[in-house]
This record gives sequence, C-alpha cells and structure tokens, in this order.
Amino acid sequence: MGAELIVLDGVTRRYGAASPVVALRGANLRVCSGEWLAIVGPSGSGKSTLLNIIGCLDRPDGGTYHFDGIDVAALSDRQRAGLRSRRLGFVFQAFHLLAHRTVAENVMLAEVYGLRPRAGRRERALAALAAMGLGDRADYLPTRLSGGERQRVAIARSLVNEPALLLCDEPTGNLDSQTTATILEILGDLHDRGLTIVTITHEPEVAARAQRRVRIVDGELRGAA
Amino acid sequence: MISVISLRRSDTAPTDDGVPPAGMTARDLLDEAVAGLFARPGRTLLTVLGTVIGLGALVATLGLSLTASNRIVGRFDELSATQITITVNPAESGPAREVPWDAPERLGRLNGVVAAGNLSEIDVGDALVSASPINDPQRRTEFKLGVVAASPELFTAVRARLRTGRLLDDGLSARAEPVVVLGPNAATQLGIGRVDHLPTISIGEERFTVIGILDGVERRFDLLSAVIVTEGTARSLYQVRSPTSVIVDTELGAAPLLAQQSPLALDPTDPAGFQIASPEQPQRVREAVRGDLDVLFLMLGGVSLLVGAIGIANVTLVSVMERVGEIGLRRALGATRRHIAMQFLLESAAMGVLGGILGASGGLLVVVGVSLHQTWTPMVHPAVPLLAPLVGGIIGLLAGLYPALRAARLEPVEALRAGT
Repeated sequence: MGAELIVLDGVTRRYGAASPVVALRGANLRVCSGEWLAIVGPSGSGKSTLLNIIGCLDRPDGGTYHFDGIDVAALSDRQRAGLRSRRLGFVFQAFHLLAHRTVAENVMLAEVYGLRPRAGRRERALAALAAMGLGDRADYLPTRLSGGERQRVAIARSLVNEPALLLCDEPTGNLDSQTTATILEILGDLHDRGLTIVTITHEPEVAARAQRRVRIVDGELRGAA
Repeated sequence: MISVISLRRSDTAPTDDGVPPAGMTARDLLDEAVAGLFARPGRTLLTVLGTVIGLGALVATLGLSLTASNRIVGRFDELSATQITITVNPAESGPAREVPWDAPERLGRLNGVVAAGNLSEIDVGDALVSASPINDPQRRTEFKLGVVAASPELFTAVRARLRTGRLLDDGLSARAEPVVVLGPNAATQLGIGRVDHLPTISIGEERFTVIGILDGVERRFDLLSAVIVTEGTARSLYQVRSPTSVIVDTELGAAPLLAQQSPLALDPTDPAGFQIASPEQPQRVREAVRGDLDVLFLMLGGVSLLVGAIGIANVTLVSVMERVGEIGLRRALGATRRHIAMQFLLESAAMGVLGGILGASGGLLVVVGVSLHQTWTPMVHPAVPLLAPLVGGIIGLLAGLYPALRAARLEPVEALRAGT
C-alpha cells in the first residue's frame, strides 16, 4: 500500500444560505495510492457531493481535503481545474462522448485544458484507444458504437493524461450485465497495474470488485478509515 | 504561432504551491468553437439566416444607392444638360398653336442660348427617295427616307459636323431652292459620296441637288438617315405650316432657366401652349433615390439584424441547454467557467462572422445582378463588404453573452448527472 492519496478530514458541505441542507457532514476518508475503493449508498445520500469534492469540482465548507498532499481548498479555481486536467480521470454513467466528434477526437479532448502540446496528441489518443482494444474504431462517430464500446472510449479518454486517480461515477449504470463484466475487468486490470480507483455505485456486484467499501447514508460516511 | 490565452484574474491566488493552473491555447479554443459550429451545419446555417439577410440587405442597399447615384451623375452629362426641346403642347385645347418660324431669332435673344434651330418633319406621303433616274431592276434604287426641313441654325444646335459640301443657309431658304443636305446614312444608302459633281436626287417626282453631306450629329440622331431640305422648300412645296420643334443648345447650367423663359419668348400671350423637354434636376433625382431605397432597405436591414441577433441568442441558449452534459464533461476535463464562457462566446461570434460573410456575398450579388439588369456600373464602397463580417461578429458576440454566462454558471456535477 502506497502513500495516502486522498485525505478527507471532517469535510462538511451545505447547500443554501437561509436554511441550509447538509449534504455531507464531517466526512473522514483516507485512500492510499494504488487502492480501489467503492463508495456505495442510495440516491440522495450525498454521493454526488462527495464526488464533487474528491473530484476537485467543489470546495468543502468545513474540514480539509488533501489530494496527494495538496490542500485543495487553498487552490484557486484555475488550479483546481489544472488538477482535474492533469491528475484526475473521470468516467461517467452517461459516457459523455461528444456525438459529433469522432472517437479519436473525443479522446483528444482530454488534453485540451491541460496545455499539453498538440504535436502527438492524436498518437497518444490512438495509443489509449488501442489499449482499450478500440484501435479500429478511432474514426467512428460514438453513435455507431455499442454501450460497452462507448464506456471503453470514455476510459481511454480518462487515461490519456495518466492520472493519479480514476473517479468512476456509476460506471456500469447504463450497461447490461455482460458488458458490466467487461468494464469491471478493465478496471480490475488498471488497478492491478497500480492505478488508484474510486468507484461510486449502488450496484453490489460493482462494489464487490473493489478492495474496500464505504457506505454513505444521509451525508455520513460509515465504515471509512 | 500558438499563444496561451491568459484567463487568470488579477485576484487569483498565486501558484507558488506548485499546482499548475489549467489553461487553453488560442488554437485549441478556436478549434473547439469551430467544431461546435460545424457539429450541426444545417442548424448553424438556419441560425445565421437572419444575420445573413440583415447584413445582405445593408450591403445591397449601400451598394445600390451608390450605384444608382453614380448612374444619375453619369447620365447628367454635358450634352443632355445643355439641351432643351420645344414642341407644341398637344394637351392644350382651343385653337391650334404653332411654333413660329422666327423661333430661332426670338430665342437667340435670350441670355444663355448658344443656338436655336427649327426642325420640321415633312409628310411626303408614299414618295420614295432615289439618286438615279434610271430604274435599275438589278438593284434597289428607291428608299423610304425621312424628309425634314431645317433652319440654318439647327446644324449648330445639334452640333452637326459637315463631311463635304456646304450647309443650308438663309438665302437658299428664302429662294426655296431645290437643294438638300444628306445625313451620312442616307448618303450611303443612296450611293452618294461626293458633291463636287452636283449629284441630284428625287423625292417622289421632285428633283433636288445635293449640296452637302453631314459627317455626324451629337443630338437628334434621326438626322443621320434624313434628307434635309430648306424651310422655304417645306413651305412652298410641301405646305408645311409651322416647324415641329425647336432644338436649343444652351450654355452649361442655363437649361433650367431657359426652359422657363422660352415659352414666353415664343408667345408672350400664351406661354402654356408649348411643351419643354429639359434635363431633370440631378439633385432632385438623387434625393428621390435616397429617399425611396435607402430608408426602406436600411430599416429592413436593421430589423433583420435585430431578428438575426435574437435568433443567434435563442439558438445558442437552446444549444447550451442541450449541451449541459458536454459542459459538465469539459469542466471535469479541466475547463474553468471562463473557458466554457469563452467557447460559447466564440461560437456565437463565429456564427455572426459567418452570417456577415454570407450576407456581404449575397448583398454584392444583388448589387451586381441589379446593375447587370439595368446596365449600370456596380459600385460598392470597399469598406462595406469588409465591415459586414465585423458587424456580424459583434452582433454574434452580444447575442452570445447571456447564453455563455448561463453555460459558465452550470454546476458541473449536476450537469454531468443530467445525461448526455
């Protein structure tokens, strides 16, 4: 087990000013480098908020969040965006591929906001696609791909920047059981090669693949270290 | 050359803790905006239609008004500005009025008249003009030619040039001598090129000696194909009671005033009996053109531009709502709110520029097409088509402000959860 990559200490997030709704109360969480953690919980339990915070898309109201030793709350908007671009990979339930751009262009999009050079961008995207077994689909439009293939494109996109953390939000929510198995296979493979993965899910079989599970209920983390 | 757009605000926290901020090269920003534009080319074209029509109407209006006023300036040349033609007013009832035979003398006294000459059209019935007394069956020798009588001053008034021989004078007219001057086309038809051997022609049964051949005239081009006799001949032989019209060559700028004075000079008791054809006032025509065309079409263009701007704003807003997922994704990939706002702003500005280019092209085609049809010279101020894309871009930028702000304000995770 490597160093601590994610450290949440008493993280609180409220919404609304007059009568605030507490979405996350005093969450403590530690995720080590190379670990695969699953966060499970029913909808409305604060999973999105936690994803927001871990994914550096939002700042906590209280408590501290250190990502790889960096105090995220102290960063500017642009720095947090830079962190997302360079250190974090996202995989979503709805894939979020741009329908009018080819598969390769969709993967190349991951480099746009990180100021990586244009030279070699397509080659890097093609390599990531090839690693997902999609080398022959590079010039297809996403609409021609199956759900499983689309999610593999999304994973390729999330890996182009060689992130320290892969954040998966219900990665198999739109997939059938067979395709779910394929995607989980890929995630397992990535984990074996040392990638830190945090999966947010309500599906027990997906959670079962992770090394460690924490539950979130009504904004409170249970079973967390 | 790729430059890094600095999207940093002055109050942003310093970067001394070693976390490099997100950024986007200008080239990438442009690529993303253009890709958004061409994702749905059909919709983009429909969106910019209002701007195309608006800017097209503006370019066409400005071009056509310049073309039209140039046409008027071109028509208002020295020749037509120095001519008035006086005829009897046919609309006038009562006893028949006549142009007096001494009209050249009466008008010659007016200030600004260079020359005034009578022109009388003669009805010779079916009489044909022939140069040869022999009826040659092999070729045509008899022609139907116009026969007119001219006072000596007419040749000056129409600025006639003499090719050979001499012109009619008062003496020939007073004696009603049987002499003619031929227009150049009439002379060619009759086969007469020289007058030194005194060729003769016949008009019906009457014989005339050709004493001169014209080389050309600058007005009244019907004289080129005419046989011109003296006024004395017209009176005695053809019983012409009065001249048909008086052609007046004026000094530059004198025509409008002479048009008012001439009827009084010809008949002080009844000046309304004459009809004066004088050049129109150029300023008035130009004002009319401006009044009719410009106001209407500039208004049309302005309204179209407004509608076009609303169209761009509307579609960009719809597009923001449709692309909520894309916006969330871009945020997750490292885009800041500013990056999102700038992309949508650039997209709507690019739509405006596209509308400007298409509109300017369409407007120019209209100007050229109308000019071709009217045989005018198309004229457009060079800045007009060049400014159209700029104006379009500004309109697009303004139209995109609100949608871009809406896009930037979206919360990324909600956007990502919202679906595609």
